Amino acid sequence: MAPAQQDRTAWLLLTPMISIMVLVTAFPLLNTLWLAFTDAGLTGQGYVWQWIGLENFAYILDDSDFRAAVGRTAYFTVISVSAEVVLGVLVALLLNQEFKGRTLVRALLILPWALPTIVNAVMWRLIYNPEYGSLNALLTQIGLLDAYRSWLGDPATAMNMVILADIWKNYPLIALIALAGLQTVPKDLYEAAIMDGANAWTRFWKITLPGIMGALSVAMVLRAIEAFKVFDIFYVMTRGGPADSTKTVSFFVYQESFTYLRAGSGAAYALTVTAMSALMIAIYVVLLVRREKRS
Amino acid sequence: MNSFFKGAACGLALLIHQSLPAFAEDVTLNAIFMKQAAYSEDDTKAMAKAFEEANPGLKVNLEFVPYEALHDKIVAAQGAGSSGYDVVLFDVIWPPEFATKGFLQDVTARVPKGDRDKVFDGAWTTVDYDGKIWGMPWILDTKYLFYNEDMLKQAGISAPPKTFEELAEQAKIIKDKGIAKYPIVWSWSQAEALICDYTSMVGGAKGSFIQDGKLSFDTGGSVEAVNYMKKTLDDGVTNPNSREYLEEDVRKVFSAGEAAFAMNWTYMFNMANDPKESKVAGKVGIVPAPGFKGKAEASAINGSMGLGISAGSKHPDEAWKFITFMTSQETQNKYAKLSLPIWKSSYEDPAVTKGQEKLIDAAKISLGVMFARPMTPSYPELSSILQKNIQQVLLGQASTDDAMRAATKAAGRLR
Repeated sequence: MAPAQQDRTAWLLLTPMISIMVLVTAFPLLNTLWLAFTDAGLTGQGYVWQWIGLENFAYILDDSDFRAAVGRTAYFTVISVSAEVVLGVLVALLLNQEFKGRTLVRALLILPWALPTIVNAVMWRLIYNPEYGSLNALLTQIGLLDAYRSWLGDPATAMNMVILADIWKNYPLIALIALAGLQTVPKDLYEAAIMDGANAWTRFWKITLPGIMGALSVAMVLRAIEAFKVFDIFYVMTRGGPADSTKTVSFFVYQESFTYLRAGSGAAYALTVTAMSALMIAIYVVLLVRREKRS
Repeated sequence: MNSFFKGAACGLALLIHQSLPAFAEDVTLNAIFMKQAAYSEDDTKAMAKAFEEANPGLKVNLEFVPYEALHDKIVAAQGAGSSGYDVVLFDVIWPPEFATKGFLQDVTARVPKGDRDKVFDGAWTTVDYDGKIWGMPWILDTKYLFYNEDMLKQAGISAPPKTFEELAEQAKIIKDKGIAKYPIVWSWSQAEALICDYTSMVGGAKGSFIQDGKLSFDTGGSVEAVNYMKKTLDDGVTNPNSREYLEEDVRKVFSAGEAAFAMNWTYMFNMANDPKESKVAGKVGIVPAPGFKGKAEASAINGSMGLGISAGSKHPDEAWKFITFMTSQETQNKYAKLSLPIWKSSYEDPAVTKGQEKLIDAAKISLGVMFARPMTPSYPELSSILQKNIQQVLLGQASTDDAMRAATKAAGRLR
């Protein structure tokens, strides 16, 4: 076949895939973009709308509730991702050591991550239960707590408790990636460092960490993007309460669109959140490009 | 290449063929119901099965979701452009929104005229809006005050409270005698359940949500209600965990014998009296929720729910047939243990009253004083505003006056 004909055949064969991608990705995206500049309301007959330009975005800039939600989401993202990284690296270092039953422990590690978020959230709700939760039982029995507490009913603790549940579920991902990274660090570097008299601490900072940093930073950014759009765990554990203290941006968008039926401003909120995520995605791309160049 | 197109054409033809409605085939109705409170999933399934047996050729596909997801699921299914559900269970607070935004079919012409007098007025308010009827009431429900008869006896209290003030006093006695650490339990989570307890109290204080034609939450009844809620928390007579509880949590705490008093829906009466579900079976007392001293004898929240035909349904006639069956006096009398019938004459029928005389006695008073939540097409948002502000008071983050003024101001901005 001539190259031109080959090209045509290739495009023809790709057409079904491309049209599916346009249908499921580009169309909703453009639709959201259009909605954001209207006052569309959700009705039984679809959208009833009027073009209102930038009004939705002007409203968002002035919305203190939304700003508070952004702050909360940022807090959730920073705390849970950094805790996951620290915990993940520590566990990876441990599982990189030779010991009996290592394969089994490595397999067990994946369990929390394999659990559906909803199941995880329900499970932690039980653990935090103020009347018969095991966390209350544990803390009172070892004497750290005088009386059972309502962990998710108190704005001072609710957010942190959800973060704890999120860390437990998601640190294994980081641990696995770090573990994979550890396999690529050459053994002779360590041997040379030991010859030079470097202690374990120095070896970690000078060899191990730089060695896994590439993989780790990609995992970190991916986790951060995911954490920023968190929705399901809050939906199950707190539904934004108490007194809005755990209402994240995604919950905000959801409420605006599906509870208050304002598809227009809901789309505008969604785009604003997407823009924030895009910033993190940009960092991710830069990191990827840098890795490519290095290798 | 030729055969590639042929194959594609064949596939397309097959697809079109399959999506064409076959002639004279079975009709399947999609219906959405809720998981907690009122009729149980098992009861609802049994009712639907009986309907299918009585109507060959009609099938009903039931879906159960938590109450908290019901509204959003109904609107999302239709907003997405698909026909969604044929039959939807809707709460008393949604018809203004569903009617103005076209989520429900007007069924005024389908409801037999004679039925209007046979069913409680409170039930009709669930489906009436703008002079039209948007469905058939199915669950006639309100919140009652449940009490643990043993605990009251132990504390030397001869009769359950008739006012909210008495409730707090009796709870204090029970607490002081060490019979229960936190005698009262409520569902004050950031959810609709909180607004139900609050509304009942506003009704019990003879308050109103409308002042000079505008939504208002910073006057008499509202302030009295929220102050009372906060005070019982401060005095330690209300279980502080109430602030994260929904109805099912309240039922579990009461059934575990850890509370002397609980506010909850009808369904708790028979569940708390079921030895398999409860440690306090046989000791469950029930009275209408009280009113405030000198204001009202009793209070109640209109927590009824109706069945309607969704706007996009392709089988409205079959859907109505199903609704008629589900709401019929015969069906309702048969399953009157978790939810009471909408039909007035059922309350004299021994088949309904037997074994739950206490509940029926309370219902006869409560159903007559049911107080409604504000009727507005933007109710879901109004409810969020109230939930947040009332919770701020209950958590000690704001004073009642400030929070309720903020709620009123936010309500004034509703679009």
